[in-house]
Amino acid sequence: MVLVPLVVAIPLVAAAALTAMGQFLGRRVDDLTGIAAAVATTVVSTMLLLRSLDHDLVYWFGGWTPRHGIALGIAFDVEPLSAGIAALAGALMTASFVFAWRYFDEVGTLFHVLMLVFLAAMNGFALSGDLFNMFVFFELMSVCAFALVGYAIEQRAPLQGAINFAVTNTVGALLLLFGIALVYGRTGALNLAQIGRALDGRPPDGLLVVAFALLLTGFLVKAGAVPFHFWLSDAYAAAPIPVCVVLSGVMSDLGLHAVARIYWPSFSGVFAADAGSLRAILVGSGVLTALVGGTMAFFQRDLKRLLAFVTIGHVGIFLAGIGLLTARALGGTTLYVLADGFVKGGLFLAVGILLRRARDGDELRLRGQGGVAPMAGVAFLLGGLGLAGLPPFGTFPGSALIIRSAGDVGYGWLPPLLAAGIFLGLGDTDDPSLSHEPPAAEEEPAHVPGRVSPPLLFGPALALMVVGLGLAFTPGLAGRATQWAQRFEDRPAHTAELLRGVAPRPAGTPAFHPGAAPYVYGAISTVGAVGFAFFGLYRRRLPALLRRVPGRLTAGPAAQLKALHSGVVGDYVAWLTFGAAALGGLLALTVR
Amino acid sequence: MSYLPYALAVWIFAVGLYGVVRSRNLVHLVVCLSVAQSSTYVLLLSIGYVNRGTAPIFADVPKGTRAVDPVVQALTLTDVVVSVTVAALLLALAIQAQRHADTTDPDELSEMHG
Repeated sequence: MVLVPLVVAIPLVAAAALTAMGQFLGRRVDDLTGIAAAVATTVVSTMLLLRSLDHDLVYWFGGWTPRHGIALGIAFDVEPLSAGIAALAGALMTASFVFAWRYFDEVGTLFHVLMLVFLAAMNGFALSGDLFNMFVFFELMSVCAFALVGYAIEQRAPLQGAINFAVTNTVGALLLLFGIALVYGRTGALNLAQIGRALDGRPPDGLLVVAFALLLTGFLVKAGAVPFHFWLSDAYAAAPIPVCVVLSGVMSDLGLHAVARIYWPSFSGVFAADAGSLRAILVGSGVLTALVGGTMAFFQRDLKRLLAFVTIGHVGIFLAGIGLLTARALGGTTLYVLADGFVKGGLFLAVGILLRRARDGDELRLRGQGGVAPMAGVAFLLGGLGLAGLPPFGTFPGSALIIRSAGDVGYGWLPPLLAAGIFLGLGDTDDPSLSHEPPAAEEEPAHVPGRVSPPLLFGPALALMVVGLGLAFTPGLAGRATQWAQRFEDRPAHTAELLRGVAPRPAGTPAFHPGAAPYVYGAISTVGAVGFAFFGLYRRRLPALLRRVPGRLTAGPAAQLKALHSGVVGDYVAWLTFGAAALGGLLALTVR
Repeated sequence: MSYLPYALAVWIFAVGLYGVVRSRNLVHLVVCLSVAQSSTYVLLLSIGYVNRGTAPIFADVPKGTRAVDPVVQALTLTDVVVSVTVAALLLALAIQAQRHADTTDPDELSEMHG
């Protein structure tokens, strides 16, 4: 129990110590402190995961335990799904610090401090069981991320990325706070379980619908769901590689995890009769996000921006998975997030190796230069296949759970659309008229002579890949994840456990047999991704008719879609407002 | 309890948001963002307001005195801290934009697009 606050305290204390003494100690001490703190945090998160397998670990700060079933204090509520994401954050942070050792020629103490505070904030956000506490960690996480994206501040792209990121996410956070205030005004509670109990037995009314729409908007802005996603590609394309790993691997997914975290303990009772329409809205916006992200990724030349759009596409898949509102799909989504976070992190590191060795992140200019970094090529191949959902590696158990769950609730049309989103994103085009040439970075890391990449660069990339792809081979993982998700979604038992300390009844682990369908879709998305990649590489050798007709048909809509991503922050905020209004309108029309 | 404070909060938010969308100057944009942020203070404080309630300080007052909700005041204070942090960070970015890109117009900063 005493372990729980350590996941926030360790990185915060390390950051404070570095702030005080870092500039006297030299770069390597900063690096080592960062690595040590990140490793320690990962170990603690993993221990929490293992200890919360059968019941939640609830930690009340300052000993303010609930009196007579009423929450007075602020709680951390640890269950396996959240602890898993916290462990992912720690592991990715460790890999980033190791990679940064050789990646940066010069880096100040401030970088390590910001990264550590960022880690503390993500852990706090993932484990917090209190709405306002979530907001505080949300903002802490945001502010660290803004500063880290703009770390190379003397260049224009990071400046633009950081400004767009900061303004859109701040507006999103304001909407979130509006929602929190309305919920508090209605229930007088901030603890998630307490809110759920206060709303018990009442039909949803207008105020509650507005509040829920505002909360949803705030978290979806952070996750980067369409149409809140515009900032994400600018920010991730401009951030330093070690930051991208964490942003793309964990932060986006935390926004979605928060949706599940507020829906199940607080709102699943009051919206129980409207679960069908809520499911349609969430899955619909997830599919839209997956297709827009995949399509935009197809048109990118800059590898970092490409991976940013792949991230958006996968956020869409997760949103659809969480939006199915079943235990199986929630467990599956969490497994998917974990495997996907490791693999995407590894891919960003591979891009970093290319940036470092070939001094370029533009795939057209890079063509034929694979010899400078053979290990990066291996990492790209592994990562691409991992993200494509090649059975039985990496993301396969997660996607199998989502696919089967979609069938269970009558959403059988969902898997083909998601598979299309995946392979569009991993396919590629080399048509310069469709892709925008990225600006050459003004200041690239210095070139390292020699044929072999230093192990400190490719080691973390390969390690993340292997963990991500190998996670699927943990025995019985799919069944365990379903069991954890069932506990997560059992609102009465969760409320009793949190507010009255009643231990949940031990549940058996449901067996899961994926059946044939997930293998078919995994094969489709893999073959489709490989096919699209070859189409992009060798399109010039195709007959003219095959080459031109699809090009002409898609050029117009493609140009329009790309023009929406204007890079101007005012447009992004206008889209955000539109999205919030659309979400609220849809909820208001369908909830009764 | 009248609806006026809530309408006021929504109005302040809308005005600030309009400014953020239309702004052609980063400093102006940060000010607009702060205006939008201040709407949350109005909302929070009006939610916790009790007619004829005193400040929630319970020393030297008889038991059972009506007081406004201290929780929302704590939330407001936290929110003030957060918004000052964000505003400071964005203003620092605006200075860097002027220094390195020689512009404070967000439209002219858009180097990446599409």
